[in-house]
Amino acid sequence: MSLFSVLGEKPWLNPSAVLEGPDEQAIPYAAASTALRFIMAIVSVLFFLFFITFLSRSQYPDFQALAGQPWQPFSDSSRLWMNTALLAMSCLAMHIGLTFARRAWLPGVVSGLGFATIFAILFLLAQFALWQELYELGFYVGSNPANSYFYLLTAVHGLHLIGGIAALAWVATHFLQRHASAVFAIPLGLCARYWHFLFVVWLVVFALLTSEPATINALAAMCGF
Amino acid sequence: MQHIALADQTLEMHEPKSFVTRYIWSQDHKVIAIQYGLTAIFVGLVALVLSGLMRLQLGFPDTFDFIDPSAYLQFVTMHGMIMVIYLLTALLLGGFGNYLIPLMVGARDMVFPYMNMLSYWVYLLSVIVLLASFFVPGGPTGAGWTLYPPQAILQGTPGYDWGIILMLVSLAIFIVAFTMGGLNYVTTVLQARTHGMTLMRMPLTIWGIFTATILGLLAFPALLVSAIMMLLDKTIGTSFFMPALVSLGESLDYTGGSPVLFQHLFWFFGHPEVYIVALPAFGMVSDVLATHARKNIFGYRMMVWAIVAIGGLSFVVWAHHMYVSGMHPAFGFFFATTTLIIAVPTAIKVYNWVLTLWRGNIHLTVPMLFAIGFIFTFTHGGLTGLFLGNVTIDLPLSDTYFVVAHFHMVMGVSPIMVLFAAIYHWYPLITGYNLHVGLGKAHFWLTFLGTYAIYLPMHYLGFLGVPRRYFAMGSTDFIPESAQSLNASITVSALIVGLSQLIFLVNIFWSLRRKEAAGHNPWGATSLEWQTEHVPPHHGNWGPELPRVYHWAYDYSVPGSEHDFIPQNHPISDAEGTASEEDKA
Repeated sequence: MSLFSVLGEKPWLNPSAVLEGPDEQAIPYAAASTALRFIMAIVSVLFFLFFITFLSRSQYPDFQALAGQPWQPFSDSSRLWMNTALLAMSCLAMHIGLTFARRAWLPGVVSGLGFATIFAILFLLAQFALWQELYELGFYVGSNPANSYFYLLTAVHGLHLIGGIAALAWVATHFLQRHASAVFAIPLGLCARYWHFLFVVWLVVFALLTSEPATINALAAMCGF
Repeated sequence: MQHIALADQTLEMHEPKSFVTRYIWSQDHKVIAIQYGLTAIFVGLVALVLSGLMRLQLGFPDTFDFIDPSAYLQFVTMHGMIMVIYLLTALLLGGFGNYLIPLMVGARDMVFPYMNMLSYWVYLLSVIVLLASFFVPGGPTGAGWTLYPPQAILQGTPGYDWGIILMLVSLAIFIVAFTMGGLNYVTTVLQARTHGMTLMRMPLTIWGIFTATILGLLAFPALLVSAIMMLLDKTIGTSFFMPALVSLGESLDYTGGSPVLFQHLFWFFGHPEVYIVALPAFGMVSDVLATHARKNIFGYRMMVWAIVAIGGLSFVVWAHHMYVSGMHPAFGFFFATTTLIIAVPTAIKVYNWVLTLWRGNIHLTVPMLFAIGFIFTFTHGGLTGLFLGNVTIDLPLSDTYFVVAHFHMVMGVSPIMVLFAAIYHWYPLITGYNLHVGLGKAHFWLTFLGTYAIYLPMHYLGFLGVPRRYFAMGSTDFIPESAQSLNASITVSALIVGLSQLIFLVNIFWSLRRKEAAGHNPWGATSLEWQTEHVPPHHGNWGPELPRVYHWAYDYSVPGSEHDFIPQNHPISDAEGTASEEDKA
């Protein structure tokens, strides 16, 4: 039923017991699925606001983008591509784990989830190594707002991924305690959805951080800054 | 453990038996609601005392040695932040949202009870961190509740080192707590309504809380973003908001950030926050008015649409708080227009409340008095908002008492009137006991007339140009001496109103001791929370089976019915069903 027809109802007419209404037993994990949608909306708003402030801040003279000139760290973005590949592998492993969970094949599920977790942790470690590398090159947090945004956005993204790993661990523990069942695929599907969502968020962060000044200025102009 | 077999769940309901699981680490939404409520009221009383101290200084300057300019600014800041975030938001959503949502939609509890419990304890942590700032070197921040950089984190502002850090950390913790609670509220409304409880059969209280929670979930990230970025500016020397500047003759390391960017972020949260507080109040007052006027709410659908429309519009008006920051005239025009448009659904709501009372069977109970009082205070506060929404009128009035009077009427006094209406209305359900009516009426009249004695003259001071946030006026030519007499009278009224809240506290605790049983559904209300088997409702809310809903929430004084109200879960006879089918045809 569309939102408009719901809001158009005249509830004072026709008193009767409508046997409609979401039912936790009819749709398992319906509540968790709804909550996940809201979580993804909230995280999207959070990153959207960071992006908007990034674009606004980029229009001040002290802002020096991290790509564009040969001496800027992300003019050669191969390190970031490598990290992206790690996160993509994690998403892929997650998807494979989910597929096996739907078929209720335990070894496949365990290896899928195991690899998803390992690649996610590797991604975090690689991000941390990148931090150290930039720091050693003299790109300190406070020396330029573009640097500040690099550390800030990667940190916030990393924290959300750590939250995802914790949620996955919780789901997996419950699964192992209660033994394999096809229903397990549903909460695992929610984890996978969050994983893919964070991958998309990372792609946007990646694109923004490696943009050249001309691109950033064009985006900022589109936003009216 | 007591085991109850439930028809709607495969698992049995485990009722907690030990004191700790029942009252401290409780996952029951009703206990969590009371925990939220008591914490919010406690911290609100701290803020009330701070406002009393501010008024003492303003009414009788040079009298109180312990209030110096720094302390005054700290009182202003902490009073504002506590009242808006830690009292109103927490009590309306954490308190009443928690208590009423599962009961009103016919659920056994929130859908994620553990997360709900965590939400309260994280909220308590944020309150403790906030209050800790009173005890750190330099005291709490005195940056004003808007915490504008650059001054908020620079030397010269009270609490610029520890106070501001604790404030920002506390806000971040609060947002985490709110998000955990908020996810519960929206998901419970969407996924755990009982059979027959369609969205449009929900009481307006739930519509208000539901929409406000969505606003909160989407607006608080803006405050989180600004808190994180300012914290980094303060602690590790980034320049997100801090411009290149010289402070006390010394050039600072900041490289040229944008303070106005902070203002945009802050108000992108700050304006929806007004409606995060107002929408639950709109909902609750609608239910109190309909119940005590024994009449269906006028224009139910219009009321729902107005709540949704106000929620949507609240995201596109934020810069009307920033006219004096300087902006392109086209933006000023845009934000003034959206601000005035939001008055349309708001006015519809006010008309509908008045039309609900029209020819109703009005019972002047204590909750009804507060609800009617709200219509007055909200109308006055709302009308001055129309003045301030216009750029040309806002510019001269912006930094005066007129603004203080406006926002206190519209989002201080008005939601508090509704909170009192709600507490007097639902206290018999929450505790099972009656409150004393005489004390309640005394509390109402002192509060209602007292707040008018405070804020009505304040508008005139604003017209005179008396500036807000000033510790003392000194000798200012354009302000006549009589303004000081008015200021003194405002202080006396404020102290009387502050003290009269003791009547309320005495009533609450004395009624708990007196134990005069309220009985089942004392107001004759239709909504589900009053139809529980036990008063107050037990753990799990309902007996073995969930209630089944047949009616909307406002079947009052229906011609031909036995009583002057039909509970939502009152089964319909075949004849009724056929008749209504015919009506519809």
